Parts: sequence; C-alpha cells; structure tokens
Amino acid sequence: MPKDHGIGASSKRREDVRFLTGKGRYTDDINLRGQAHAVFVRSQVAHGRIRSVDTATAEGMPGVLKVFTSADFSAKGGIPCGWCVTDRAGKPMLEPKHPILAEGKVRYVGDAIACVVAETLEEARDAAEAVDVDIEELPAVMDMKAAAKGGALVHDDLGSNLCYDWGFIEDSKAATDAAFKTAHHVTTLELVNNRLVPNAMEPRVAIGDYSQAGDDYTLYTTSQNPHVIRLLMGAFVLSIPEHKLRVVAPDVGGGFGSKIFHYAEEAFVTHASKVVNRPVKWTCTRSESFMTDAHGRDHVTKIELALDKDGHFQAIRTETYANMGAYLSTFAPSVPTYLHGTLMAGNYKTPNIYVNVKAVFTNTVPVDAYRGAGRPEATFQLERVIDKAAREMGIDPIEIRRRNFVQPNEFPYQTPVAVAYDTGNYQATMDKLVAMADLAGFEKRRADSAKKGLLRGLGVNCYIEACGIAPSNLVGQLGARAGLYESATVRVNATGGVVVMTGSHSHGQGHETAFPQVISEMIGIPESQVEVIHGDTNNTPMGMGTYGSRSLAVGGSAMVKAANKIINKAKKIAAHLLEASDTDIELKDGKFSVAGTDKSVDWGSVCLAAYVPHNYPLEDLEPGLEETAFYDPSNFTYPAGAYACEVEVDPETGKVTICSFAAADDFGNVVNPMIVEGQVHGGLAQGIGQALLEAAVYDENGQLLSGSYMDYAMPRAGDVPFYKVDHSCQTPCTHNPLGVKGCGEAGAIGSPPAVVNAVIDALQRGGHKHVTHIDMPVSPSRVWTAIHG
Amino acid sequence: MHNFELVKPASVADAVAALGREDAQALSGGQTLLPTMKQRLAAPAVLVSLTAIPGLKGIKASGGSIEIGAATTHAEVASGAAKAYPALAKLAAGIGDPAVRNRGTIGGSLANNDPAADYPAAALASGATIVTNAREIAADDFFQGLFSTALDEGEIITAVRFPVPDRAAYAKFQQPASLFALTGSFVAKSGAGVRVAVTGASEDGVFRWAEAEKALNANFAASALDGVSVSANGMIGDLHGSPAYRANLVKVMTKRAVGAA
Amino acid sequence: MTKVTMTVNGRSVSAETEGRTLLSQYLREGLGLTGTHVGCDTSQCGACVVHVDGKAVKSCTVFAQDVAGATVTTIEGMANADGTLGTIQQAFQDHHGLQCGFCTPGMVMSAAALLAENAKPSETDIRHYLEGNICRCTGYHNIVKAVLAASGQDASAVAAE
Repeated sequence: MPKDHGIGASSKRREDVRFLTGKGRYTDDINLRGQAHAVFVRSQVAHGRIRSVDTATAEGMPGVLKVFTSADFSAKGGIPCGWCVTDRAGKPMLEPKHPILAEGKVRYVGDAIACVVAETLEEARDAAEAVDVDIEELPAVMDMKAAAKGGALVHDDLGSNLCYDWGFIEDSKAATDAAFKTAHHVTTLELVNNRLVPNAMEPRVAIGDYSQAGDDYTLYTTSQNPHVIRLLMGAFVLSIPEHKLRVVAPDVGGGFGSKIFHYAEEAFVTHASKVVNRPVKWTCTRSESFMTDAHGRDHVTKIELALDKDGHFQAIRTETYANMGAYLSTFAPSVPTYLHGTLMAGNYKTPNIYVNVKAVFTNTVPVDAYRGAGRPEATFQLERVIDKAAREMGIDPIEIRRRNFVQPNEFPYQTPVAVAYDTGNYQATMDKLVAMADLAGFEKRRADSAKKGLLRGLGVNCYIEACGIAPSNLVGQLGARAGLYESATVRVNATGGVVVMTGSHSHGQGHETAFPQVISEMIGIPESQVEVIHGDTNNTPMGMGTYGSRSLAVGGSAMVKAANKIINKAKKIAAHLLEASDTDIELKDGKFSVAGTDKSVDWGSVCLAAYVPHNYPLEDLEPGLEETAFYDPSNFTYPAGAYACEVEVDPETGKVTICSFAAADDFGNVVNPMIVEGQVHGGLAQGIGQALLEAAVYDENGQLLSGSYMDYAMPRAGDVPFYKVDHSCQTPCTHNPLGVKGCGEAGAIGSPPAVVNAVIDALQRGGHKHVTHIDMPVSPSRVWTAIHG
Repeated sequence: MHNFELVKPASVADAVAALGREDAQALSGGQTLLPTMKQRLAAPAVLVSLTAIPGLKGIKASGGSIEIGAATTHAEVASGAAKAYPALAKLAAGIGDPAVRNRGTIGGSLANNDPAADYPAAALASGATIVTNAREIAADDFFQGLFSTALDEGEIITAVRFPVPDRAAYAKFQQPASLFALTGSFVAKSGAGVRVAVTGASEDGVFRWAEAEKALNANFAASALDGVSVSANGMIGDLHGSPAYRANLVKVMTKRAVGAA
Repeated sequence: MTKVTMTVNGRSVSAETEGRTLLSQYLREGLGLTGTHVGCDTSQCGACVVHVDGKAVKSCTVFAQDVAGATVTTIEGMANADGTLGTIQQAFQDHHGLQCGFCTPGMVMSAAALLAENAKPSETDIRHYLEGNICRCTGYHNIVKAVLAASGQDASAVAAE
C-alpha cells in the first residue's frame, strides 16, 4: 500500500489550486500604485563603438519621465561574477566590467544602451524608438577557436578573448598522455554541445520600488534565489545595505537556471525607482528574452578515450572551448570547469583523466548555467565516445559500460577528478533499465519499422551528476565567491501549526507540498498543519536558493536540522509537563509519551505551553518554539542512472521520431514520488529538445537567427512519448539526514546521449555505416545530409 | 506596437472606402499581422477589421466547385469543406494550431502570401479563382512572389472559388518551430490534367512544378516521380534546411501527396 | 480611448481601450484577470488561450475592440460554482499536470476546447491538439494523462509507474 501522507507519499500539490484557478501571483501580476514602465534601447549590432546616444527627442515625448544612459550609473558598480576560476598557470581568469548600461561599446545584439522610463508601457516603447544611437560597427567575434587565438577583441582592456585556459587536473596530464601512448585502442570524437535558450515560460520581470519614507527599496523579481540577488545587487552594484533592501520573488514561472543570475535590469529598476521616485516596472518580451536571458551549453569539444584490448577504459583526454558570451554572468566560469570536469569519470573507473577547457569571450549574450549546467556537457561527450568505442571494438554498448562501472562494493569511490562518490549501484539501475525498455523485444520492433520504410535504433547510456550544491569550504577553494549552505526557520505556533521559512525557492518544484511531508513525518501531525514560506528576504533566513537539484538535499536538510531542534526543545517541555526526564520522552504520531508508561501529552498541548508558559520550566528554557538552522553539506550528492531511447528515422526526410524512452534513476530516498517523476519527465523533454530540436544560432555577424519561437523549436506535446520512469533503485545519500540526492536535472543530463546514440544506431543498422556522429540538434536536415553526405 | 484607429465597417463598400485612408490596412484574423505589428514591422494608422461584414464568411459547394468566403476561418474550412473538398479541409486542419485556426482566415492567408503558408499551394494546384471586390483573379496570376500578390492597394478578397479535383492531397513537412511548411506539396488531378503546387521551398514563394505535372499526367503514381527532381537552385536555405534538403523534400512530399490522393 | 464591453466569465464588464489594446491586456490590465498569461509575442506559446464565443483563441493575438461584445471565458471562470476545481482543473491536480503553473491556464483552456469538440480524444488527438501550447516543465506526460482522465478515460494504464 503506498503511503498517503508523509515521506514517500504522492501527496497532491497544494500550490496547484491557485495556479489552476488563475490566482497565482507572478511578478507581472503585480502592479504598484503610481508605477512607471521601463523599456530598454538595445543594440541591434553585435559589436560596435558607441559614438553618441541622443535622448533629446525621446525625453520630450508624451509620458516620458527620464531616459537613462550609462552616465546615470557612473557611480554604480558593474554586475558581479560569483566565481573566479584559476587557470593552468595559476593566474585568475580575465574578468571584464559588466555595466548596467553599455559603456563605450556594445558587445552583443540586445546589449542595453539606454532605458526609457515613462508613464505607460506603450509611451516608453514609443520613446525608446526615438532614442538616436550612433554606433561604429566593429567585426563581430563569433568563432571561439579563432577568438581564443587573437583578432578582434570583445574587451579591449583585457588584451585577450581567452577568459581562462583551465587544466584539470594539471598534475595528471603527463600520466594521461602516457596512458594514451600505450593504449590498445583510442576512440576520438569531435562534437558540439549546442547552445540553448532556457525558455522558462514566464519571461523575466522586475519591479523596483523605492520608498522615501523609509529610505529603503523593494525589488520584485523573477528569481530562483532572492537572497543572492539582494547580496549581489546591494553589496556590489548599488551599495544598498541589506537591511534597506528587500527582494521578493513571488510565484515564478520556471527557471531552469536562467533565473539564478543577477541581471542588469534588476539593478536598473531598483536604482531608477529612486531617481524618478516612482515604482518602475520592466516586463521582458519573449523576443527580448531570447536576446538577453543567459543562454546555456555552447561547448565545442574533442574527446579521446583510451581502452585496453578488453574495452577497459584506460584514460580520457578532452579539450573544450566554452562560450562565455560577451560578459561573465553570475556563475558562468564555474559551469565548464567545476560542474563539468569533475564529472568526466562518469559511472566508470578510468584511472587517468585530463580535462582542458578554454573559456572564450564572444559577441553573444552571456552563457551560464542551464538545467544540468556542465554535467550534461560532460555526460554527452563521455557517453557518445563510449558508444563510438564500443562500435569500433565490436563490444555491446551495455556490456562495455558494465565492464567499466564502479562496482557496488567500491563505494565510497574517489574519482581521479576530485569528487568522491558516496554511494551508488550502477549495475542495479542498468538491470532495471534492461527490463523496463524491453530490450529483448527490440529486434521485432526494428523489423516492424523496416516494413514501414523506417530505420529503428536503440540508444543506451548512463549518467552521473554531482548536485546538492555544495560544500562551502570546498567551493570556496575552487573559486566560489559565496557560500552554498541553505537555511530554514521552523516556527511552531501556539496552537500547533507549523510554518517553515526556507531559503530555497519553489518555481515549479512543489516545495509547498513536499517540505510539509517531511515535517509531518518527523512530528506526526497532518501535512495540512504545515505551511511553507519562501521567496521574500524579509521573512526568510539568508539562503542561497534553488538550483543544482539542491532544495531537498540542502534546504530540506536545514529544515530537518531546525525541526530536530524544535523536537528536542518540545521534548523538554513535554518532560516538564509529564514530570519525567526528557531523555525518556518519545515523540510518535504527534504525541509525546514517557517510555514504558501510558503517560503522554499531545503536540498541541506542548506548543501551547511554549507560548502560554504558565506551567513551564522558565528557569531552564526560553518560552516559544521557533528554531533556525543552517546546513552546509559535507559532500555533493551523486544521483545516477541508466537511460534508453528508441527512435525511428525516416530516411527520406531525415525526421527522427522518439518511439519510447525509459529512465532508471537512483535518487536515494524519495519524499514525493509523483513530484520526482514529474521532474524527470520535464528533464527528459528538455534533453530530447536539446537532442532533436533546439538551437540558439547566431550568424557570422552576431545576429540571433533563432530569436523567437518561429525559429527556435521548443519540444511540443507531439514531439515526445509517454516516458517510462523508475526510481526504485535507491542507494540513499550517506551524508544528509534525509538520504536524498536530488532529481531536478537528471532527465536533462541523461537523455541527450540516449537520443543521439539511438539515431546513430538506427543509421548504422540501416546500412549508413559512414555516419558515426551527428551534432545536436539532430534535425531532419542534418540527418538527411549525413545520410547523403 | 504603434497605436492606430480600429474601424469595423459593416459592408465591403465601406471597407474599401476605409482602406482608402492614409496608411490603412485590412485586418482579417490577424494571426500574422498582429505579431508583425508587435515587432513594429508594420505600423498602419488605420486598421480595417473585416470581421463584421456579413457575407464574407461561409462555404458553398455546388456543381463541382466550392466557394469559401474570405473571412472563413481555417477551423471552419476544416469542418465545412470536409465533404466537398476533403484535401482542402485536411490542409486547413493542419495550419498552425487550434487557436490560430479559430482566428486565421483563408482570405488573410492568401492576401499575405507567406512563402511557407499552406493555402497558396491549395489555391494554385486547384486552379482556384480569387474573387475580390473588383474582379476575379486566376490563382496562376495571383501569386507574384514572396508576400506579393496581384491585389491592388485597397482591394479586398471576398471569396475563393475552388474547382474540386477528382483526386487531390496535400503533404506537408513542418518547420519544427513555426509549424509552417518547411515544404508542402499539393497535388490535384482533374479532367484538365494534374497540377502540382509547392510551398515553403522556393525563394520565389509558391510555384507549380511543371516536370512533376508532366510525369504525373503520363502516369498518376508516386513512382512516376522517381526519375524527376527539382533543382536546388532558388530553393530557400536557412537554419532549418539547405536548398538541397528542400529540393529533396519537394520530391518526397509530392510523392507522398500523390500516394495519398 | 474607447470603452469596450464584453461578457467575461458570465459577467458584463467594460474597460477603456486603445486600438492596439490586445484582448490579453484588456483582461489582465483592464479587468485585473491576471490568470491569463503572456509568454511570447509571436502567437506560439499558448499561455494566453481563452475562449471567445466558445472557441479557443490566443488572446495576445486579438484586439480587444475587434471582439467587443463577445462572450469570453478565462481560467478564472473554469471552477465550479461553489469554487471547487472543475473537472479538467481537478484532473490536472490529480495527475500532476502542472509544475510552475505559468502555461497552465492556457493548457486548461485548450484542453477544455478539445473536450468540447471531441469528448473521448486519443493520446494522439490530445498531443496534436495541444501543439499550440508550450510547457517547459512537465514534458507533457502528465498533461496528456490529465486530459485523458478529464475525459473519463482510464489514464492509469499510462506508462510511468
């Protein structure tokens, strides 16, 4: 019987009621009295020197309050970068200034040059059109490999387009090179991890609201981490102390990483609201969002895999060019390095690994974390090269993986790329997958497809990710400029209701439902007695927010810590009421009892006693029942799994159809299976989208060709099948109290190689032996061209 | 978008008069025009909505032809023409998505002549007649390249008359993002012969594929096209496919249309 | 400015408009019905779908003045009279057919339009009908499942235990 409440129950999401009735409160739904509207004047060229910005006409247009240019921000800081990577030579990365409005040069199509604040949105748009910008166009820096060598500079003052040249681990380079020299077989693959636009369905919005009365500011923004925005913007950009700055991220319509970062528009509206002494609202259009949201991925990689005669991996060597875009977004430098290089061991025992990453500035919008962030890039190249090696050596693709797995009895396993996996069972998830995907029936299905003139293929791969980000002391050594703990305050009210105030932020993940399940389990009260508050710096403790599949593993752990403090204190109160020793008090099903007796007191009575302390040990205990905890993880968590995809390829048109997709995941313990499965479904669709459909494409002049849904293909309902998902293989995390690993990114990390492996398999089986790789998106035209090329 | 005055005339004559005003433009379903205006790529001063004009909507089938009012939505064609001209109804049912089909109109689509729109292929392959407030225009004369038609300024399409072929089908390969035709081929066979019209592929917009028509007139079977191909010269190349890829699709989609007809 | 009157969710309402005022703006800004969302500017995402005279339309691609006098239903009008979730809404909650909630109003309105046309749609029918509604969170699995369930069909057999 599945549980109907608490940990392990598929409790229905309470937040759904407001979303299903139009009662959600997203940032754009907020309209403040007297608000003005901001519209940015954006660069239409990718690279150019600003000769002049003439705002005179615009200033005189109806409704215009002020036209801002970079001069209005001369006393303010730039948008800070939250991570400094040290290069192979031990030098810090090159770090350009990232102004709120462009200073001197524009560096990508969409770079903000000026901003009109007017009474109405349409008046602001009309006036923005009238701002006269004179730009001397410069050659656009687009090709990463060329840009890394020299030529035109994105940032003249830096003297190079190479942000950093990173080696990981530099000391293992020689041993890795040596292993390649003695290898029985070497498989090489050059590939592109396609650039993506995150495309949360809610475009970004920011409303700044300065109050003269309190000389304080409120920023409403579409953010995954309001406290981080408050810290970065307050301390580094606008010099506003935290106690004068409140950041609210209300209902947020999806993030996928793109709403982690501190964007210039947030600082703009906050500052502008003081200058015009009115609330200032900016709502991004989708077209603007394509140009200005931080993009994801965009790696160009050469990977080599050295094997012995039995297909055991001997060494891996990679060289990757990673696009940073024109400026460094908040976490950009960490993505191709510590979120990518550290995962190159995958689920396998490979003794020698060396990863080289060259991060390059180009005249494109900044690139930063997008669902999976670095780990999909690592997984894709590794699982593609393994598939290619298996084919070259004539070994079954599942067998070659099994042969190289870290075995269940080998945990904890120290990889050669710094991280140590605490637990896992990769044979188990592979066994599960083989059963789920009915691999035995594949040959018949292939024959049926062939009768229709279609080529059927099967792709299998594994993945591992490091999430639950992250141990602060470790990431500090690696260049993080922030801690990565999480926080929670658990407030118990006098009549026994519980409010959890968390630094985690829910923008689709269902925290308002899942977090109470944990509290309900711990205390034994109904879930409905627990409420979650998040998203407002004024009523939640300082927390780092939600990304990297960290909410339950890190934020949930903080909540458990705080709840344990509550329980310990409540036991003391109960002991007093029951005239017993607190060490003899047991809490079960919402009742405190003295062990071995029938004496008990219920949860509500203890809570009431804490707030009406008439019969209460005041000499030993403070009244009240409210605790805060901060939790800093001691290690990452390592969700892992095995995925299988079956496709049909139409050789006449090149169209790929996903016939089935199976995912066997190990997420450790699971709090709400329904929510976990939903997270996997969504991740799979994003991975399938990356594999088959999505591409952010700039032309050689830096114009974004895929700048709207007319050209950027989003996965639709008809592009995906019903998925088979399973999370019954559970090796609980050994170092957090819930034993959870996180599930938010797995689907997006694990699915692209399964899809591409399946397409290549279909073409190979169909006789197109010359096709050993197709870059993503594996679009119909690319498949057709590969067949006929 | 720029502001404008929206007028809703109650007759074709009033609409023509309104379109005589400076910077006036006709508004039908608006499914293409509104996004264009949002990008400020179109900025009419007067928008003349045709939705309130009685008689511009509806489907009449008689004597081997079907006449569709210009303001008839794609959804209405999909259901209303299903008996009289199933291939056309099926084409209409595949335009955009359901919400777009509930607003977008056949007249609007033809007047816009988007090089990747579906209706131009149907009109051209069927040998349809475009009826305006002023005259009747044969489809062969109507389409004049990308977004360009034989319509004069201020001229309004009131209806489209399709002779119903003996056999017909439309095969479309969707551009995955926009759902427009990456290439679509409409094949129509009637007493007057076979006509093949292709949309989405050519830099000159919808076109008749003469070689295919010749081969199909000799033998109306998909295999008749085995030895026929279209040159990649003049085909559209973009991030969704090269000219050579589109040239391939022209053949593949035409064969599939013949197979389905 | 021109006053435009419509019947929205059963009530006669009016608000001032310009020629360029979109139906979505009329609803959100004029009437404060912020359940209708705007997720794109090219008429693709479908977050803004409402019913106009019984038909699903993208309210961001219709001028308010062009549909003056129409009968409009929005997500705010989809609950039962007593405020409890309607059949489709309840199915979305039961089957976890939403995550961030942003595309949800459009999805529900499109699903309602589908079921009005086709009471027992197949999986393929549903996926095809929803091609004008983009969701980034759910991977569509549970949306399709919810629509199947809302139509009274057994969705339990659907893969994904």
